[in-house]
Amino acid sequence: MSFATNLRCRECHREYPLTATHVCEFCFGPVEVTYDYDGIRKTVTRERIAAGPASLWRYKDFLPCGAATAIDIGAGFTPLIHAKNLGRALGLPNLYIKNDTVNPTWSFKDRVVAVASSRARELGYEKLACASTGNLANSVSAHAAAGGMEAVVFIPNDLEAGKVVGSSIYGPTLVKVRGNYDAVNRLCAELAGSYNWGFVNVNVRPYYSEGSKTLGFEVAEQLGWRAPDHCVVPIASGSLFVKIRKGFDELAKAGLIDAPKTRMSGAQATGCSPVATAWSEGSMNFRPQRPNTIAKSLAIGNPADGYYSLVQLRDTNGACAMVTDEEIVAGMKLLAETEGIFAETAGGVTVASVKQLAEQGRIDPGELTVAFITGAGFKTLEAVTGALKTPLEVDATVESFEAAYTALHAAEAAA
Amino acid sequence: MAVKRVRFTFPENLIREPLIYLLGHEFRVITNVRMADVDEKTGWVVLELEGEADEIARSLAWAQEKGVRIDPVTGDVVEG
Repeated sequence: MSFATNLRCRECHREYPLTATHVCEFCFGPVEVTYDYDGIRKTVTRERIAAGPASLWRYKDFLPCGAATAIDIGAGFTPLIHAKNLGRALGLPNLYIKNDTVNPTWSFKDRVVAVASSRARELGYEKLACASTGNLANSVSAHAAAGGMEAVVFIPNDLEAGKVVGSSIYGPTLVKVRGNYDAVNRLCAELAGSYNWGFVNVNVRPYYSEGSKTLGFEVAEQLGWRAPDHCVVPIASGSLFVKIRKGFDELAKAGLIDAPKTRMSGAQATGCSPVATAWSEGSMNFRPQRPNTIAKSLAIGNPADGYYSLVQLRDTNGACAMVTDEEIVAGMKLLAETEGIFAETAGGVTVASVKQLAEQGRIDPGELTVAFITGAGFKTLEAVTGALKTPLEVDATVESFEAAYTALHAAEAAA
Repeated sequence: MAVKRVRFTFPENLIREPLIYLLGHEFRVITNVRMADVDEKTGWVVLELEGEADEIARSLAWAQEKGVRIDPVTGDVVEG
């Protein structure tokens, strides 16, 4: 059973039934799921959640679909680690990492697609679709396979081989679209409007975005039922950024944690920074951009939740960093070398942003800060391969090894 | 007749131009503004266009030529 009651327009507050509707018919504003919070408060306890599965479905009472019939490939309940080494390097002794690289298809998209695919199937859709540069395509393909649904996945035709295989292994209909980013975007928006398919981030978007709340739920539970003081979150569409905070707010409404005072800060790449640019200019109107960054999973030039991200930055006294491609690579290496976590480029954006915000004094070292690492590094190998140490190559003799090893140390000592 | 929902984003140099009025005069397209926000530097308008599909397409190409950025009302559909 779900406590979801309606869809409500975030602008004019008109309400709609829980169908596949993503914009308000009156003002074209986005709609989002509302819940019976009194019912949740009477039913849900910390013990009830703790007795649930070690996946995002332990928070089923806060999600808009039935858990019993959900498509469950084990998304969620990922580790929260106290990042002591990285924290030492950045002067932040209370830094934590939420490691979402370990989801079933190695990114946080499994959270949103778990909810979107389950709700799409409940609504009667037999086909699941999306347009993606990687992570979303992987997750939609996997969930459709597990749920016995057909997947139609649109990708740009210049996508790296690793990302194509990461989807095609699950057997979807993969469509490589010729053209630039804008062309792919336009085509897929048109198809989403004309085909009666469950486009996870278009007509099923109100349900899809609810999956991101589970990151907030988990962090609060893993911290011993409290919200952190500060979160640093990568911003692409902005939905993840907004929904993590909604997760804290809902736990408070349910009486499970104290009212959160969490500062929410954002992380973007300089090559696609509509929110960070607007924030730095003090504007609540972002200007859409044409993305040009190695952080392709964050390359959304016209973010659906860009405005709401700016509202949240303002209302929570957050800040928004933007980092260069060089800083992104350095961030990936720093995270790997200090905490043993190999993140994709978006993780590099987050770590580099934490560094930047700490240096600017925008993160207080006393704050319990959580950085969200959203995808695994094997998806974006090409971003770092040129920036890493090359292996020693030796003959199969002790002499050859020792000569090479000694020479390496001598070179490092001289550097 | 076709209906299309789009978001226009105006650069600073077009903020003072009556482009939506002109679009309605130049093309057989009915424009219906649903949401908007305009300041000194930029502005956006979410609107519905109604007319023959070809005429809507021509009107959008004309607006784009003038320097307006045109996007789906939902924001980018392609995600990471």
